[in-house]
Amino acid sequence: MLVIALDTSTPAVTAGLVALDDGGPRTLAERVTINPRAHGELLMPQLLDVMTEAGHVLADADAIVVGAGPGPFTGLRVGMVTAAALGQACGRPVHPVCSLDAIAAQADVTGQLLVATDARRKEAYWAAYSGRTRIDGPHVQRPADVPTEGCTAAAGELAEAFDLPVVEPRYPTPLGLVAAATLDAEPAPLVPLYLRRPDAELPSKRKSVLTRGAK
Amino acid sequence: MTADRVVLGIESSCDETGVGLVRLAADGTVELLADAVASSVDEHARFGGVVPEIASRAHLAAMAPTMRRALDESGLELSDVDAIAVTAGPGLAGALMVGVAAAKAYASALGVPLYGVNHLGGHVAVDTLEHGPLPDRCLAMLVSGGHSQLLLVEGIAEKITEVGTTIDDAAGEAYDKVARILDLPYPGGPPIDEQAKLGDPKAIAFPRGLTGPRDAKYDFSFSGLKTAVARWVETEQREGREIPVPDVCASFQEAVADVLTAKAVRAARDLEVDTLVISGGVAANSRLSELAAQRCAEAGITLRVPRPRLCTDNGAMIAALGAHVLASGAKPSPLDMPANPGLPVSTIVVQ
Ligand SMILES: [Zn+2]
Repeated sequence: MLVIALDTSTPAVTAGLVALDDGGPRTLAERVTINPRAHGELLMPQLLDVMTEAGHVLADADAIVVGAGPGPFTGLRVGMVTAAALGQACGRPVHPVCSLDAIAAQADVTGQLLVATDARRKEAYWAAYSGRTRIDGPHVQRPADVPTEGCTAAAGELAEAFDLPVVEPRYPTPLGLVAAATLDAEPAPLVPLYLRRPDAELPSKRKSVLTRGAK
Repeated sequence: MTADRVVLGIESSCDETGVGLVRLAADGTVELLADAVASSVDEHARFGGVVPEIASRAHLAAMAPTMRRALDESGLELSDVDAIAVTAGPGLAGALMVGVAAAKAYASALGVPLYGVNHLGGHVAVDTLEHGPLPDRCLAMLVSGGHSQLLLVEGIAEKITEVGTTIDDAAGEAYDKVARILDLPYPGGPPIDEQAKLGDPKAIAFPRGLTGPRDAKYDFSFSGLKTAVARWVETEQREGREIPVPDVCASFQEAVADVLTAKAVRAARDLEVDTLVISGGVAANSRLSELAAQRCAEAGITLRVPRPRLCTDNGAMIAALGAHVLASGAKPSPLDMPANPGLPVSTIVVQ
């Protein structure tokens, strides 16, 4: 079974092709570029490079796994909509996974793990894990407000913001994304984990001019 | 002889997610096959204007379902598509990026060429779906919440030049702001048009922006008009008089339509073109189309206005422009093409 893995929830623009066979998941090819402002430009060319290197075409993939965040909105949407369109065009299921789960799936830790990525505005997207199981989160909070008691290590690009031993990986990897997915289950709806409401200001209420001066 | 080709268009520059399908015939004519649009306009209403992040979220949610609807409407499958066009700009950065990323994925999966095209050119090209090929040279006036432009079109896939533009608000923006002053709902175009039909367009002499002898001949300004309406309403309130909403709407609308049509006809004459295309959301305004028809007839200019459904943002207009670009033999856009919020109107297709 061949699985395309995409994630754009962090500054890492990630595309990979993972083979699932008897020996467990194996990365056939991957492309990762750290560039927080070029998700839209880089993702699709990177995926095509991956397919070429692996000797496959997009239609060879049996499923698509995509990181659903949490992550900065504009970049996050690039991966989500790319996966949605690929799935629709190729007639393949698209499995969203929490991007923090993908990091946790690749971390070599015994005991509790904290995974944190950059939410900007001095905040972190974070979740806590016991083994591979998420036991808290995902949330968005200032690092100082994140409860770390019980955790034995931290992973993710913001791992250094906590007083914990830091372990790899810093970003979701294709292998971690596929490991975090339940490919034999019905895919969940493709809903991004925004965790924040859109910035939008309600206009100040004007006094009605229609009733003013009415008889 | 090339056989017919099917072109799919994706639009996501503002608050409408559009997917359209057109058929490009061997003789270069285009035919509308499907036009599916999902709008997030209701989600923006309480903010009194488009909130970019809300629009972007709605685009992501609507992309695949809107695609499905367009295909169902046309009776085609994605495998029937020969080329994909997408709005590369101008528009809201985050919103554009959703459509562009989707288009790259669809084009890659189908193995068909991708054309990142200009949204403004799309507003002009859409008229060929309704009224057939455009003459070699024509003038286009785009009026909507986001645009107020006069464009000289010398081949829809070859050369588009901006002749005039607004120096402040777009015409549709002025409608939204005046609607707020009068406690009318957002978007302001339809309620103002409705109220205006009940009022006297000569009741209040609102200013005609940029119409002085030394002003830019083809540029527009609507900010002063909006301020004039606000000031007039405030004065009336202070005097304790009831606001005659229909008269305010009619007089405001008359000022907008007067300036737009006068400048368009003047530019058409000066540039020696005999056809004017009016497109964009405000093109559906009853007074604008009435006055444009009258003044074009007097000046011997052929007026072309697509039906309202095609004037507002949609995927069919992008498919139509994509089809003309494809017919012209243009090179496809590269797969690392960025969305460009400030794409100049002269860039018809991103290379
Ligand atoms: Zn438009």
